[in-house]
Amino acid sequence: MAKPNPQDRYYSRDHEWLIYYSDGTALIGITDYAQEMLTDIVFVDLPEIGRRVVQHATVAVIESVKSVSDVFAPVSGEVIEVNSRLEDSPELINQDAFGEGWIVKMIVEDPEELNMLLTAADYEEMLNEEKE
Amino acid sequence: MKRTPLYEKHVGLKAKIIDFGGWAMPVQYTNVMDEHRTTRSAAGLFDICHMGEIEVKGPQALNLLQLVLTRNLAEQTTGQVKLSALLNEEGGIIDDLTVYKMEEDSYMLVTNATPKDRDWGWIKSIQEQREFNCVLQDVSEQTGKLDLQGPRSEEILQKFAAADLKNLKFYHFCKTHVAGFEAIVSRSGYTGEDGFEIYVRCNVVGLLWDKLLSAGAAFGLKPCGLGARDTLRLEAGMMLNGQDMDETVSPLEVPYGWIVDEQKEFIGKAALMAKKKSGITRKLVGIEVTGRGIARHGYKIFKNEREVGVITSGTFSPTLNKAIAMGFVDIVCSAPGTPLEIAIRESMAEAKVVELPFYKRLK
Repeated sequence: MAKPNPQDRYYSRDHEWLIYYSDGTALIGITDYAQEMLTDIVFVDLPEIGRRVVQHATVAVIESVKSVSDVFAPVSGEVIEVNSRLEDSPELINQDAFGEGWIVKMIVEDPEELNMLLTAADYEEMLNEEKE
Repeated sequence: MKRTPLYEKHVGLKAKIIDFGGWAMPVQYTNVMDEHRTTRSAAGLFDICHMGEIEVKGPQALNLLQLVLTRNLAEQTTGQVKLSALLNEEGGIIDDLTVYKMEEDSYMLVTNATPKDRDWGWIKSIQEQREFNCVLQDVSEQTGKLDLQGPRSEEILQKFAAADLKNLKFYHFCKTHVAGFEAIVSRSGYTGEDGFEIYVRCNVVGLLWDKLLSAGAAFGLKPCGLGARDTLRLEAGMMLNGQDMDETVSPLEVPYGWIVDEQKEFIGKAALMAKKKSGITRKLVGIEVTGRGIARHGYKIFKNEREVGVITSGTFSPTLNKAIAMGFVDIVCSAPGTPLEIAIRESMAEAKVVELPFYKRLK
């Protein structure tokens, strides 16, 4: 069973999470539900620092043994940090998707875009609907 | 989608089900990595009921098979299995299949799932045109097939098999009883490990599946899906029909020269010989990605910025812990050691041609 979705962050319909900090930056990863679907993650293609991505565009790529999946930017912005531990230990996402398995840190360009994201409760409701 | 007799078992085991050539098949029960490693270290049980079985019987059964298949079957003994290719007139591979000699004038062909109807139509039309005195029967629906693969397979199967499996040689089979059911047990498979392909009537395959899984658990046996089957066969350097080859591919361009016997007549031979004379221009090779990333089906291959080929199969290798692939490259780039580059999304990953197979078990 997937771990509970923390209340301290936003969620996207594509199963990313985002923590928004008061300095205007955001930490981004995928949800525990998403890592359970992907199972054995063996490679993470991280973006270059300084890359600008628009909302919903691909910001990173996660590969399991059998599949290739895009990680979409929940908001527009510039990548200022990547989780370089994932280069040698991509399984960190499987082990701790909401924590050690974070993927990128971005400067949020337009905080208005956060309004399009989901709360933990909304996200859980969406998952329950998907299951039905 | 079509379902095998084991579909409900897979759902009960919470397998992830995918569409494989029109069949609802389990791709994984837990995850590919775990199932792959289980098969390499202990044993895995695979539902292979989707594959086709065609019987060919009669005084001219061998004549028909010699004409439609590339392998010379004249010396095949009863109880022996032979891999062969079925070609079209242009020398392209319709299917790669195994031939079981059941007794004199009686054979069973085991075909891939997707091309089975194509195989059937093709062989049947040749039999009718040339009026070979033999009878063809498609027994796929009535036949259940389980693959039990991995180093502990013999110990597990011996608990149920009447025959002494120690004496069964690689690529040989016997007609015996397994758990009291009539069965054909063949020492062969698609994983690069020791193991068995077991054929029983479809109405008992569910019972056999349960018995093997429950008795095999003590040996580390687990059910394994098509995901692990694919990574296992790729490590073992085996091709997948429909992915690494199709009817536009000649056996000379892939590592199948050894199943073509030029000393006999067969359909597609004239085209093959012409191609051989003019020289083949591409070859399927093993590729190791030494740079960052995993090559996948359809990714383009470059050398010195010139496009020289395409990946047909690629994965992360759970045994070798690196990215491996197969692909077609220009013949001039096919020698082992040749450096290549694979276009993976926006970047180029360094790679090189390597000998197949990637993995060979210690005997």
